[in-house]
Amino acid sequence: MLGLENKDTKFLLVVVALTLCTPIILQPFPEGSSLAQFNAGYPDLMQRFAIFGIFAIGFNILFGLTGYLSFGHAAFLGVGSYSTVWMFKLLSYNVLPGLVLAVITSGIFALFIGYISLRRSGIYFSILTLAFAQMSFNLAYSVLTPITNGETGLQVYTDDPQYLMGEGALTTTHVFGLAMNKSLIVPIGGWEFNFNVGYYFCAIIAILAFYLSLRIFRSPFGLMLRAVKSNQQRMNYTGLNSRPYTLAAFVISGMYAGLAGGLLASMDPLAGAERMQWTASGEVVIMTILGGAGTLMGPVLGAGFIKYFENIFSKINDNVLHGWFSFLPDGIEDFFINIVNPFFGEGWHLTLGLLFMCVVIFLPGGLMEGGQRILNLLKRKSKDTADDDSAHHPKQSPHVAE
Amino acid sequence: MGILEIKGVGKRFGGLQALGDVNLSVEENSVHAIIGPNGAGKSTLLNCLIGKLIPDTGSVMFDGQSVLGRAPHEINQMGISRVFQTPEIFGDLTVFENMLIPCFAKRDGAYRLHAFETIPAEKEIVEKAEAMLEDVNMQDKIHMHAASLSRGDKRRLEMAMCLVQEPKLLLLDEPTAGMARADTNNTIDLLKEINAKRDITMAIIEHDMHVVFSLAERITVLAQGTPLVEDTPENIKGHPKVMEAYLGQTQQ
Repeated sequence: MLGLENKDTKFLLVVVALTLCTPIILQPFPEGSSLAQFNAGYPDLMQRFAIFGIFAIGFNILFGLTGYLSFGHAAFLGVGSYSTVWMFKLLSYNVLPGLVLAVITSGIFALFIGYISLRRSGIYFSILTLAFAQMSFNLAYSVLTPITNGETGLQVYTDDPQYLMGEGALTTTHVFGLAMNKSLIVPIGGWEFNFNVGYYFCAIIAILAFYLSLRIFRSPFGLMLRAVKSNQQRMNYTGLNSRPYTLAAFVISGMYAGLAGGLLASMDPLAGAERMQWTASGEVVIMTILGGAGTLMGPVLGAGFIKYFENIFSKINDNVLHGWFSFLPDGIEDFFINIVNPFFGEGWHLTLGLLFMCVVIFLPGGLMEGGQRILNLLKRKSKDTADDDSAHHPKQSPHVAE
Repeated sequence: MGILEIKGVGKRFGGLQALGDVNLSVEENSVHAIIGPNGAGKSTLLNCLIGKLIPDTGSVMFDGQSVLGRAPHEINQMGISRVFQTPEIFGDLTVFENMLIPCFAKRDGAYRLHAFETIPAEKEIVEKAEAMLEDVNMQDKIHMHAASLSRGDKRRLEMAMCLVQEPKLLLLDEPTAGMARADTNNTIDLLKEINAKRDITMAIIEHDMHVVFSLAERITVLAQGTPLVEDTPENIKGHPKVMEAYLGQTQQ
């Protein structure tokens, strides 16, 4: 189906089901319970899961397949955001023209940066992309103020032309009249599920993005990209010029990043230069490696994991900790809180860093490898093996019709 | 006029004259061996032919066209394939995927993206790869990772990857290095068969005299970057100059 083998079709359907049920899955605790703070089913966070999922899927096409580690992908994210906000300023709050322009401009931008950076490989390539991204950041921050509005960030003002804005049109982002911030809140029992238009819009685009990346992974093009990673010398002596392949991968992943940037602006019509900072570039690298570079699902998992940490884990402050340790005698309680405190709340980066180190050292294949190992353990225990849907690592599934 | 004409090729690495004025002509459909002691410049010469190195002086003509200044992939598209001393294969990919890559690489040099086709849909290419793997008796290993193959199998796979492209000239850099005698004999048979069946010109660099004398039709002896003699195997055997190069100056 859809040009996929049976196994991949099943996999895609599982992903679609999971994505569409996210508002339910991420809301496991009833409202008002002490664990409700771990619920992640609110629109803003779910949108981020989908958007950064797209960003990471695209990054994985470059890094996971060709092994070229770009350290400047946030530049494309920023370009996408700026393009989209400009479309809001010039046309109307409909997000579609903005997203189309975001993909096109980031593609052109990626073509330019990739053409120059891909002359080198390895660490030199990473440094070149980092340099370009920092240049873009500084340009956006100061020199290009007329286009980017400098440190204030680009936003829509009431005196902007908005030529396609009809009478009484929506003044928030929408797609053909369907406002992004509209939500359907369904209370069931103690639970409250939030079905948000913005999330579903991002989710559908994310599913399309995932499908495209699945096709690329399984295509001859994907095979060539993996050949680049494996042995570029042999590739050249086989009569293949690796540059056009890597450049195509770079542009495709740049367009994914631009799309993600455009979606960020579509959910909240703002674009700031800090979106292009090298920390943002580093984040997508961490997401991909944490989830499992070169696997299809890994980057999405990594993106979700980090965004969850950033939004939920960081909210655990002193008071919450006091609540947790209140069963202990006073002196000991303070002692424990002092030890644990640096890892929670503001210090969530510390926990994330430790976790990242553990993954890189003990699970080089990322969370996907962890999942695989657990599955294998379970399999060994119960011999009646069900259909294994975990083999999405491209290295492990030969691309042949068996 | 041979298919490969090397004229006055010289290459210096700093103070070392690795190659000095090499003249060599390889006849079409022949098996030409290049032998010589260590450091004679055999590998340097081969590297000059495939675009890995650019010689300081001289010219290299293949099929009437110069190969100098061309990128490795362009030289391959002219019809030169090379088997390396240590097998260069795609270690992370399966044997079958290894075979698919040269099958996808077309001779015209056109760049094809193929981003949204599936591999099984490319029937012709898949069949070609399967047939070639059968030819070299590797059909039962197609799902193995290439990195986990034995050294002899890696070599066989690399040779098959070169052959499936139907090159006009196959360069072999010590194809039997590190092989057991039985494997060496198999390789000799394979190469003989290839030469007879497919009309492929071969240039072989080899240390093993057994291989050289059972395959080569002409032999060039290199020593210190210059060709010493070029002749038929019969005449090379026991040639005083060759003995000298290999065994050192006879005591006066």
